[in-house]
Amino acid sequence: MSITPDVQPGGGEYADPILRLSGVSKRFPGVRALEGMRLDLYAGHTTALVGENGAGKSTLVKILTGIYTPDTGTLVVAGKECEIHSPRDAWADGITAIHQEPVMFDDLSVAENIFMGHMPVTRRGLIDWTTLVGRTNELLHRIEADFSAKTPLKRLGVAQKHMVEIARALSHDARIVIMDEPTAALSAREIDDLFRIIADLKSQGRAILFISHKFDEIFRVADRWTCLRDGHHVGEGLISETTEDDLVKLMVGRSIDQVFPKRHVVIGEPVLQVEGLSNATEYADISFTLHRGEILGFYGLVGAGRSEAMQGLMGISPPTQGTIRINAKRAAIFAPADAIDAGIAYVPEDRQIQGAVTPLGIRENMSLASLGKIAGKGGFVDTHKELARTRDLGAKLAVKAAHWDQKLMELSGGNQQKVVIAKWLATKPQILILDEPTKGIDIGSKAAVHAIMADLAAEGLGIILISSELPEVMGMSDRVVVMAEGRIARVFDRAGATPEKIVSIATGGSA
Amino acid sequence: MSASEPMADLPLPHSPAPEAPPPQSGPNQPTSNQSARYTVLDRKPFRLVDLLLAWETILVLLLVAVIGINTWISPYFLDVFNLSDATSNFSEKAIVALAMALLILVGEIDLSVAAIIALSSLIMGLASVAGVGTFGLIVIGLSVGAFAGAFNGYLVTAIGLPSIVVTIGTMSLFRGIAQVVLGDQAITKYPEGLQTLGQTTLLAVPPLPNSFYIFVVLAVVAGLVLHRTTAGRRLYAIGNNPVAARFSGIRVERIRFTLFVLSGLASGLAAVLLTGRIGSTRPNIALGWELEVVTMVVLGGVSISGGSGTIPGVVLAVFVLGLTTFGMSLVNVPGIVINVLLGLLLISAIAVPLVVRGILRGLGR
Repeated sequence: MSITPDVQPGGGEYADPILRLSGVSKRFPGVRALEGMRLDLYAGHTTALVGENGAGKSTLVKILTGIYTPDTGTLVVAGKECEIHSPRDAWADGITAIHQEPVMFDDLSVAENIFMGHMPVTRRGLIDWTTLVGRTNELLHRIEADFSAKTPLKRLGVAQKHMVEIARALSHDARIVIMDEPTAALSAREIDDLFRIIADLKSQGRAILFISHKFDEIFRVADRWTCLRDGHHVGEGLISETTEDDLVKLMVGRSIDQVFPKRHVVIGEPVLQVEGLSNATEYADISFTLHRGEILGFYGLVGAGRSEAMQGLMGISPPTQGTIRINAKRAAIFAPADAIDAGIAYVPEDRQIQGAVTPLGIRENMSLASLGKIAGKGGFVDTHKELARTRDLGAKLAVKAAHWDQKLMELSGGNQQKVVIAKWLATKPQILILDEPTKGIDIGSKAAVHAIMADLAAEGLGIILISSELPEVMGMSDRVVVMAEGRIARVFDRAGATPEKIVSIATGGSA
Repeated sequence: MSASEPMADLPLPHSPAPEAPPPQSGPNQPTSNQSARYTVLDRKPFRLVDLLLAWETILVLLLVAVIGINTWISPYFLDVFNLSDATSNFSEKAIVALAMALLILVGEIDLSVAAIIALSSLIMGLASVAGVGTFGLIVIGLSVGAFAGAFNGYLVTAIGLPSIVVTIGTMSLFRGIAQVVLGDQAITKYPEGLQTLGQTTLLAVPPLPNSFYIFVVLAVVAGLVLHRTTAGRRLYAIGNNPVAARFSGIRVERIRFTLFVLSGLASGLAAVLLTGRIGSTRPNIALGWELEVVTMVVLGGVSISGGSGTIPGVVLAVFVLGLTTFGMSLVNVPGIVINVLLGLLLISAIAVPLVVRGILRGLGR
């Protein structure tokens, strides 16, 4: 019985899991985020959680950390059944998480950030600063941090803030540490430091749940894997017994069972030519051509820079470099109003904040981006024209409402989205950019949005579809642009695209 | 077109309760002519409850009550000359309130309006002492106001400071300049023409002050712009959701800047009329007006967080507040007591309808 040092002694290769989650389901209105999910974590081991965008990884993390309460399911930590209703309960059970973008208090010191919520106090109820600073420095020493307890957090860089998060995890004496894309903002050297800390945590017998989209990291740091797809557990095993290809297949391996109303359309002249579009941090050297009648899909991981590049094109945050040609003529776009004049329309991802003015009515929302077209003499609104147009667009998109002045906040998400799309069609665009247009809407509205996309392409519009849903992007697009880390990694045509290739490229591979 | 059965015999699933989201079609068979099954009305069906609970209705009732009570307690209230006097006491503030209403509607505020009046009046006074004529003084008064408003607008839109902080700052700054220059002196040398503008009436019948006629004209213009033009639509959009407004191609910062200039311009106009009416500039001219102006706007039903409110509401509130103050001063209620009563009026006028609406909604369930 020879055992490697980091494997716990006991019967077989693994002891009982320190954390066992089983039968966990969580529903949100219209969405089944998790269904019968299970997860085992073992002391002294790192388990990688893999899955596509929207597979339910974040929901799982939020359940483990007490932000969401599951509808059903049990959680057993160290042989004891627990219920987690708040972050405080999670700490009490020894679970702590390091998030992708640490939420911390910039104006407070490192020590206060680490012990926020469980400060050592004196007998009089005041903060015990001596103990606080002492314990913080001890923690910082353990992870070899190069800053001290009293440093204000705002003076630290992103990587150092991650160190603070890790120190915070250690301060709870957590048995289970969840790391949600911890490397997203780190440089190569900082990632090495992080992995050293992970090895250290493992040797102390802590269980680690590691979430990453990057396979090289998963294969470097993890011992086990668990795969999620559409909220379901679809497999688990040892990292040493799997390959990247197997994991990708499991992640995307559903049949594309939805029927997409994509039609064959004759692709026309180029309507939009983008060259070398870049801004300071989020995207670089974006070049592509969009033709009349074409649906161009943009796929990538969250944070790949797709929305940012399109918002640059729209003039919302103007790019620092690059040229935009519309119908072969150079367009100068410094504000959304310029883009609208040039014939570009952008349906944003965040409907509630960027798309709809929810306290206003359907009619007013539909007119918002094209007020000039319903203005009569002296800027007075031509109400007859406006009502006629509202009826037309409302019927075209099958908006369901009691009356055209009904407030958007009283409509379902799908109907709100139809109104937002109608608002942009009212500008009579030549180029329509749809950013996650079917996110969080019901199936009926989703089909309606797909149908209208197909109709518009047939009418000769150039359409850009940003979607993180692989079946949608593949089902609707003529070509698929895959972005990774702010750049265009590969462009696939409809025939050459397979789910495996697209995901592999999006996650930084080179298949 | 896909094959669709005749829909005529289907019941219209159109929901009578506008609060509830419309029902989604059941087992889903999305077709592109779903809309044929739905009748969407052109506008909201008329309901008497909506009219009765409208803020403007409540203000009309309040105004009727104020006039009634005033007539009852003072035989002098309905006297034409007294009423004329009353309107001159609130017309200048009311002009500023119109611009303030637009600013608050887009989620901003200008607390420096009274200080802008002091600054405009000061510069007019200095120019008048130097021999500038009536027309020149009017131009100077308006320009100083517009520049002061542009200064506020620049700080808010170009630098991105919150307007409440900026205008508390410029409130001290503008007023402070007037106080430093004037010390405990007053400028009283103004040409005849300016005093005529502030003290006489355009029409003999009814003999209301010029400032009141100017207010009426500006109120009509503001009402038309806000409620009938595309510019008004933009203001409501910005007030309700500035991000979505910007994404929709509305030049949000430019509009905000313009509104600050407008607020300064209205203050400059108030300074011209007020200086002419009282014929002097003192360091404490228009002191505390900013809060009275904001009170008019808020009582008028403009949401302090932006996005809703009407010009007719503001106009009604101007009369309610103006006539309440005047009626009480007619029966010799001391000014400090009037302030207490106005405070109570503002709070109860806002709280009572909310409570009533809550009760009615509870009954409706």
